[in-house]
Amino acid sequence: MTASLIGQAFRKCKAEGRPALLTYTVAGDPTKKKSLDILKAISKNVDIIESGMAFSTPIADGGDIQTSAHRAIQAGINLNETFKIIKEFKKSKYPRPVILMGYWNLILQFNENKFIKFCKKSGVSGLIIVDLPHPENKAFAKKCKKNEITFIQLLSPTTSKQRMKQIIKDSHNMIYYISQSSTTGGKLKVTPKEILKNYNKIRNLAKGKNCVIGFGITDKNISKFKSANGVVVGSLNSKIITNAIKKKHNPVIKLDKMTRKLKSKII
Amino acid sequence: MIKLKKNIPLIDQHDKHGFWGGKFGGSFIPETLRKPIDDLTVKFEKLRKDKKFLAERDYYYNNWVHKGPTPFIKLENLTNHLGGARIYAKVVSAARGGAHKIYGAITAAMLCKKMNKRYLVTDTGAGYNGKMFSIAAKHFGLKCKVFMGHKDYLRQQPNVDAMKKNGAEVVPVYTGSQTLVDAVSEVMRYWVSNHEKVHLGVGSTVSANIFVKICGWSTAQISRELKKQMIDEFGKIPKKVKLLNCVGGGSSAYGLWSEFMDYDKRQISFEGIEAGGPKNSKKHAAPLSNNSKIGVLHGAAQMVCQDKFGQISETESISAGLDYPGVSPLHCFLKEAGRANYVSQTDEDALSAYKLIRKLENKINPSLEPSHAFARAIAIAPKLSKNTIIIVNSCGDALKDKHIIKKRLGKY
Repeated sequence: MTASLIGQAFRKCKAEGRPALLTYTVAGDPTKKKSLDILKAISKNVDIIESGMAFSTPIADGGDIQTSAHRAIQAGINLNETFKIIKEFKKSKYPRPVILMGYWNLILQFNENKFIKFCKKSGVSGLIIVDLPHPENKAFAKKCKKNEITFIQLLSPTTSKQRMKQIIKDSHNMIYYISQSSTTGGKLKVTPKEILKNYNKIRNLAKGKNCVIGFGITDKNISKFKSANGVVVGSLNSKIITNAIKKKHNPVIKLDKMTRKLKSKII
Repeated sequence: MIKLKKNIPLIDQHDKHGFWGGKFGGSFIPETLRKPIDDLTVKFEKLRKDKKFLAERDYYYNNWVHKGPTPFIKLENLTNHLGGARIYAKVVSAARGGAHKIYGAITAAMLCKKMNKRYLVTDTGAGYNGKMFSIAAKHFGLKCKVFMGHKDYLRQQPNVDAMKKNGAEVVPVYTGSQTLVDAVSEVMRYWVSNHEKVHLGVGSTVSANIFVKICGWSTAQISRELKKQMIDEFGKIPKKVKLLNCVGGGSSAYGLWSEFMDYDKRQISFEGIEAGGPKNSKKHAAPLSNNSKIGVLHGAAQMVCQDKFGQISETESISAGLDYPGVSPLHCFLKEAGRANYVSQTDEDALSAYKLIRKLENKINPSLEPSHAFARAIAIAPKLSKNTIIIVNSCGDALKDKHIIKKRLGKY
């Protein structure tokens, strides 16, 4: 049930002739309440919500998301609280499908089965686990599928074609393409054209699946990726929260404004 | 119960997914690093069978690190003072640069060249790994960048100076506890973004499977030397030997023990000494002796200091080199297989041990990391008979700790 919400969101965007807009924010950043307010505010313009599970030692994240994660942990976030935020969000006016994103240790400590149960209960549709690569993730991905949760496989520019084929074969209805070799929030070192060239190769191999592009996407370059099934904006949001705190602005308003801007650039 | 196999180096006793004992280690890495890690794995596995590569390594390990093996000496005065077991030291700190990290650094530099890369990056806690990488990089004509937690950057100044003098760029890391754990995270991030040009050498037997293997393969030199030295000294391998080694990530302990894995533990026992932190402090860096839960840190499953939600704990120790919340999957395996025993000693224990050794022995000047192991030796030796041989790996020189020692003990 929940997994199919992701498919529905993509179909709706396709019908509108535009990519899906996915935004990543860390649950609990800057506080539990504010992060929920952020989701409620931005979801009007967002198609799929990615919610980060704050981790103390995020090896694939750049400075902006690291700052968000630490801020959220300081403010008392943990997985129980993260699920509460998602549950509340799903009751709001625009209850977009939610993907949880994070690192394996949190799930391991929470207990895999309990985690999946909580995902279902709170209305989580998909999962991205950054440090649980293929093929080690096969067993867990299968468990997710059985429970109607999309396990989203990641592909990167360094993934060989042969490996790509295997990963695509084992993927569910959504794939995440990492635009370049960098941590999250890295400045684009390659042109959008080159990124799309690789991306299209994946699309050809993964017919019928929804492929999104993430890492390094901002309001400045998002319009270049209109031809994709979906685009993910993450670090930019963390940066906006950080700046809002510094200037004593309201991050909810600032992020709402930014997502409106992002949306306007892809329609 | 997991079991140690005989006649196979422990570094090779993992399954096809890289796990020791089916659960420790593995490669929990972002997709972007899969290919660089696969490439490195293929290259390393090929080169370790290549006679020319091995000959070059042996030249460096046997001559350049130290003219012949690093010394193996009896601590006569300490033994007499304590009574009981006979205490020896394997003085690995006599190695070029002053610690065992030189072995891993040489391997990394050689691999870097073979991978046609010009940049060598690494992490450092005590600063020794960074220093050795800077020495090796300079010798092999490579550029070098070292990530170091800011707290360590300040407290291990002599090694920072040495790295800079050798032309390395030292990058202080300001995130988290600003110690080794943050330096390792940051070097992994740097590698994600720069793997095309840069070769990563991890400073201990931690991180993804291949890094554990490369590091252990390198430090194993210590026990190859020691085995011969023991036969020279005693005529044979004695009947009762205890090999004591401090354990942070666990590279020097693996190095001291690797050749002796197959011996019955009643003949040769292993004891790893972790950092218990300041007396009365709840923070420690001793996941094995405190039975921390298994978790995933820096690409490997291991016992790790963490809270109930899986957030990695901040640690505290006077020894920057031991101040790490996780520990090598190899040591997790050895603990669970019952082959090695792990205990912890406090900052104060290490300082007292250092003081006593400096008072009684003039041939060694152990840094605060091996001082933890000496503290254990001092505690147990009087209860043991003189037929027992205790060998402590004095794996680092105290020069880097001169400011801390002066502050805590009044003089260096």
